Amino acid sequence: MTEAREERRFAEVSRDSVKLMAESAGVELSDDLAAMLAEDVCYRLREATQNSSQFMRHAKRRKLTVEDFNRALRWSNTEAICGYGSQDALPFRPLKEGEFFFVEDREVNLVELALATNIPKGCAETTVRVHVSYLDGKGNLEPQGTVPSAVQSLSDDLLKYYQQITRAILGEDPHLMKVALLDLQSNSKIAALLPYFVYVISGVKSVSHDLDQLNRLLHMVKSLVQNPYLYLGSYVRSLVSSVMYCILEPLAASINPLNDHWTLRDYAALLLSHIFWTHGDLVSGLYHQILLSLQKVLSDPVRPLCSHYGAVVGLHALGWKAVERVLYPHLPAYWANLQAVLDDYSVSNAQVKADGHKVYGAILVAVERLLKMKAMSLTPSSEGGAAALHKSAGGVMGFRESSPGLSPPPEPLSEPPLGIASHLQAGGAGCQWEEWTPVSLPAMYCELYSFFGDSLAVRFSTGPALGSAPPPGPLQSQEARKEPGSGAANLESTRKMPQLTANMNISPRQDGSPHTDPAPPSLAATATGRSLARSSSSSTSVPRSRSSSSRPGRSASQSRDIFPKARFPPPQAGPPAFSFVIGGRQMGRRCQGRRFQTSFTPTPPLGSLPPRAYAHKLPVIGRVSKPMRCWTCSHYSLYLPL
Amino acid sequence: PTWLNTTNEIARIFTSILRAFVITQVASALGKMATVQDGPTDPESEKETKPDILSDGSANLPGLTSGALSTSPVTAPSTGTSKPEDQQTLLAVLQFLKRNNLTESVDILRREAGLSDEADDTQGAEAGGGGLGTGASVGAESGDANSLLSRVSIGTGASQNTVASTPAKGGEDQPDVSVVLSAYSQQGDPSLYQVYYSGLKKFIESVLDCHRAELSQVFYPLFVHMYLELVYNNYENEAKAFFEKFSGDQECYYQDDLRVLSGLTKKEHMKGNETLLDFRTSRFVLRISRDSYQLLKRHLQERQNNQIWNIIQEHLYIDIFDGMPRSKSQIDSMSGSLAGEARRDANKTKVFYGLLKEPEIEVPLDDEDEEAENEEGKPKKKKPKKDSMGSKSKKQDPNAPQQNRIPLPELKDSDKLDKIMYMKETTKRLRLSPETLPSICFYTFLNAYQGLTAVDFTDDSSLIAGGFADSTVRVWSVTPKKLRKVKSAADLSLIDKESDDVLERIMDEKTASELKIMYGHSGPVYGISFSPDRNYLLSSSEDGTVRLWSLQTFTCLVAYKGHNYPVWDTQFSPYGYYFVSGGHDRVARLWATDHYQPLRVFAGHLADVTCTRFHPNSNYMATGSADRTVRLWDALNGQCTRIFTGHKGPIHSLAFSPNGKYLASGSTDGRVLLWDLGHGLMIGELKGHTDTVYALKFSRDGEILASGSMDNTVRLWDAIRAFDDVETDDFTAATGHIHLSDNSQELLLGTYLTKSAPVIHVHFTRRNLLLAAGAYNP
Repeated sequence: MTEAREERRFAEVSRDSVKLMAESAGVELSDDLAAMLAEDVCYRLREATQNSSQFMRHAKRRKLTVEDFNRALRWSNTEAICGYGSQDALPFRPLKEGEFFFVEDREVNLVELALATNIPKGCAETTVRVHVSYLDGKGNLEPQGTVPSAVQSLSDDLLKYYQQITRAILGEDPHLMKVALLDLQSNSKIAALLPYFVYVISGVKSVSHDLDQLNRLLHMVKSLVQNPYLYLGSYVRSLVSSVMYCILEPLAASINPLNDHWTLRDYAALLLSHIFWTHGDLVSGLYHQILLSLQKVLSDPVRPLCSHYGAVVGLHALGWKAVERVLYPHLPAYWANLQAVLDDYSVSNAQVKADGHKVYGAILVAVERLLKMKAMSLTPSSEGGAAALHKSAGGVMGFRESSPGLSPPPEPLSEPPLGIASHLQAGGAGCQWEEWTPVSLPAMYCELYSFFGDSLAVRFSTGPALGSAPPPGPLQSQEARKEPGSGAANLESTRKMPQLTANMNISPRQDGSPHTDPAPPSLAATATGRSLARSSSSSTSVPRSRSSSSRPGRSASQSRDIFPKARFPPPQAGPPAFSFVIGGRQMGRRCQGRRFQTSFTPTPPLGSLPPRAYAHKLPVIGRVSKPMRCWTCSHYSLYLPL
Repeated sequence: PTWLNTTNEIARIFTSILRAFVITQVASALGKMATVQDGPTDPESEKETKPDILSDGSANLPGLTSGALSTSPVTAPSTGTSKPEDQQTLLAVLQFLKRNNLTESVDILRREAGLSDEADDTQGAEAGGGGLGTGASVGAESGDANSLLSRVSIGTGASQNTVASTPAKGGEDQPDVSVVLSAYSQQGDPSLYQVYYSGLKKFIESVLDCHRAELSQVFYPLFVHMYLELVYNNYENEAKAFFEKFSGDQECYYQDDLRVLSGLTKKEHMKGNETLLDFRTSRFVLRISRDSYQLLKRHLQERQNNQIWNIIQEHLYIDIFDGMPRSKSQIDSMSGSLAGEARRDANKTKVFYGLLKEPEIEVPLDDEDEEAENEEGKPKKKKPKKDSMGSKSKKQDPNAPQQNRIPLPELKDSDKLDKIMYMKETTKRLRLSPETLPSICFYTFLNAYQGLTAVDFTDDSSLIAGGFADSTVRVWSVTPKKLRKVKSAADLSLIDKESDDVLERIMDEKTASELKIMYGHSGPVYGISFSPDRNYLLSSSEDGTVRLWSLQTFTCLVAYKGHNYPVWDTQFSPYGYYFVSGGHDRVARLWATDHYQPLRVFAGHLADVTCTRFHPNSNYMATGSADRTVRLWDALNGQCTRIFTGHKGPIHSLAFSPNGKYLASGSTDGRVLLWDLGHGLMIGELKGHTDTVYALKFSRDGEILASGSMDNTVRLWDAIRAFDDVETDDFTAATGHIHLSDNSQELLLGTYLTKSAPVIHVHFTRRNLLLAAGAYNP
């Protein structure tokens, strides 16, 4: 009975087998001896097997191999068995007559083997590959062990498409790039590739030294954003962070002053606002996040000026409300820093100073529009509404896209807008920012004026000048302003005077520029189409604007006393509104239905616009370009929501 | 380096090995120390840890290859006591040595015995006075001595003769069984064994619930010993019947051992069966409350059940404690090891688990790096460095060992640079929490037909090395930076050695490649470890050697021989220079790279040492073994300072927490246990894996424990919560009886499947990205 149990538990070598083997070795065994031997052999086999399992465990396998067993045999000073090392299963064959099983052991013809021509190819090289990734410990929502669905549905064709597109966009050939971008913009079957493209775009961080590549990547963002068939979902966040990177980070490329990273930042800012206005509703709180990070950069004095510049243009691009909320309250604090940079005439500071002027210009543009828009929002809604209705000839759809530029709060975006008037009202009411008390326009103007002085005033008052003949306002204001300047007995103020007049001279001239050649921001402007004119023009006018602006903040009270009285009542009454009407008309003229091209959002055609227009919109300090900028600016605000 | 007088050390170790070997053999042969357990466990007895350490050695080690008490200078002298009985023992030993022509050892032993005469006189007397009566865990020394006395004086020369006759036959690794098993010679009526056993069984089943769980512990060791006694005395059929009848009653976690046992039915088979030798030679340790024990004792005495009583006295070590009897789950969580639980006094030594003070390094403000950092994102310009350095280095951890407790190599300039890099990376480290889990990258070894057996990453995660069953060691560069060899000597002589970029110039561009293969071993490479400075690589193999490879030249520098049997694991100290290895010969060895012989030999495990890990402060090392225990060894004196029992299968992975306070161990049963080193307690059990846990690693800040297993998963555990949840009041700390709440599911933060690749290594990068590695196994 015990025997039977034993048999069930272990493989047994029968005494007959032992006898047989002994016979084959030429030894005659008695039954007793054979039985004892058999038992011992069994035991030894079990022992060896147990030992061999240790080798298996340490080799981190589940399969016991012949090799393991041989090692165990070697441990116990037994000869290893040769010839069974093959990975394949060994054929175990029965022999009927002897109830005998054996492993087939065919003879191998060595000569044949040696001379065989079909030499097996060497097995592939052992390699290490990074494979499954669980990002932030996630990816587990999907069935475990499977690849993410997007990857799963990735056919070869798609993969090829992806490769071609990325290669074309990041490659050398500009024409090919355009084609690729266009396709990316209109292809309806690339949803599965979205994560890949987003990933590629997130590569901006690794090519911060290469403006060209950054530009290409940004264009890729634009194409993706404009593709009506793509649902960006939470990838918006990733895209925004890539774009923000281009706007805010002190790119490696900016070390070389010859690199025009400013343009890149402007473009990225534009793109940011575009993404935000078209897809902002996909991610809640995005607007606030963006504002917050922009504010953070702006309030960080350690950051280089180009970052600050990025923050300013970013705010500007997000609309005047953003400027009012973030930039304006922060200006007094920031001003002191900027001033310090601008006042340093040392040679070593030249570069930084030039950067400072850029920032200065950007701020100027931003606040200028802020004032304008604010003034506009304050005018009776009838007027504004009329103007708006004129403008929004493109229809409600067109309006929907364009209105956010005027009133940033993202909430209205989600609900169907009724008309621009309602938006304006909503915007004027300050909407969701209850905690923030809006500064009255006059007060704001006063304060801003204390910073920017003449340059600001010119901007403000030239608006009306466009429509009417040479306005009396500006002249008045200049006179009024001159008084505090000279009263302070400031050397600079005296220097400032002739420049101011020069400024005046130019302003009438500008009316041609916006009309004949309106300069809406051109998103479609390719990387090649950028002009450096802006920077060169800025350098010529630097001294003036700097000196005028260099009036320290503490002298502001002085000017404030005089200024509102002399300055404000007239403009508040009519001129701002007037200028708006003109602008609106202009806009209306330009915003014909033909502008809306893509199927899901009727956006104005971008490619058709001359690239240099884009360049003009960039903030510049020089007088020459100022009026123009002034115009492009108002354009800009209306065109923003492309 | 002259700072470690190693030649002396080695000489001492060697002689001590020899001595310990001889002594323990003789001792165990002569004395089947009948430690009488009935006495009160007076707290004083716990003070006698010193002699206990020795007895631990002698109890556990006899007959092992190198039953080395590497601490011999400290502890060994206590063997040679001056009492007349011991003198007799000594004489026996000397006789034995002489017979084997070990004259040198004879001299040494004589000298030492003579020297220690006076020193031990008092101790011996004390032990003799107090020890005899007190019993229980009374210093095993006195117990030893007494039993020796009785044996030698009563047992006549017979036992001496056995000693004398045994020696050579056994050789180094085949200790003579008859010596070891001689205690089984006494026998009762074989047919009555079943009656005895079932009688006890009936009794234990009838006692109160609270005692039953405790007393049930006796079953397994009793069963094994009775079975072996039957086998030994050639009652094969009775043995089989006995096994058949009662093997089913044993706890399921002893299945593996029972299987071995069941195969063994002949006295001859007992020879050379290591598992059995272990069982015979080490006393099975049980922890039983005083009440339960009294109950058992009374029962056995009433029934005159001498057979069982003898076994209990001779082969079991009953650690009696006062207080509440433990519950079944408490017992189950601690039992499972080959030799029962750890004695309480084995875990009393103070462990300096704190971290060493980091050397202060001035961080130069490097503009380039600054720039790079800014590009990365947050503007952390001013603050990062000094803070991260200062906070840690200023305070000295009260639990930390002295800075120079063991000599550590001085930092080279390159090390300092690396430290600076480390600091910088640290500032960018992701703070992990149950909410923010790490991302996981899996490194799959493709086409690893030859079998991937070991993987290691460098600390900075720039290199990955694989050990393969085809004896090769392969190193890959994970970064775009290729691996390059140093130029040949002839080319090197042409180099301008003064140039600043000499380190760059010495590299041979022509050899640049992603992969370097290193040949040298003649067996599967089971363990692999990068040196912290990334200049060296250690590999341990089945061929019994540990090899040191240069990652500059990609050649073998040294082959450390000593283990003679497969070396299962090896690891570099976190400070470099030292390394530890453990293998089939059941010992772990501490080496220094510039010594070809080990500095310390850690013996005590009853089965293969399967994995070895250094404590973060380099003063301790943990070893996991196939005897299902984890031991912690002190590098300074070679003592075993902690024995952790509770695993139910061989331990294949260990990981210290970064703060040095905790240890995690994973075994073949798929469970991960957590241990508190300071208190010597089990503090957690993580159930989830369904197969052997081959890889464990704490995240850089210790918030998360990652485990990789044969079941193709990586699991993440909430380490902080696991450590916090434990209520360690004074009582549990004192008794070690811990209530483990079964909260594995709550602690499990995630299970991540690989694609048919067993996970054999996990690694956290300096920024807390989790890397796992394994071979694709279709």
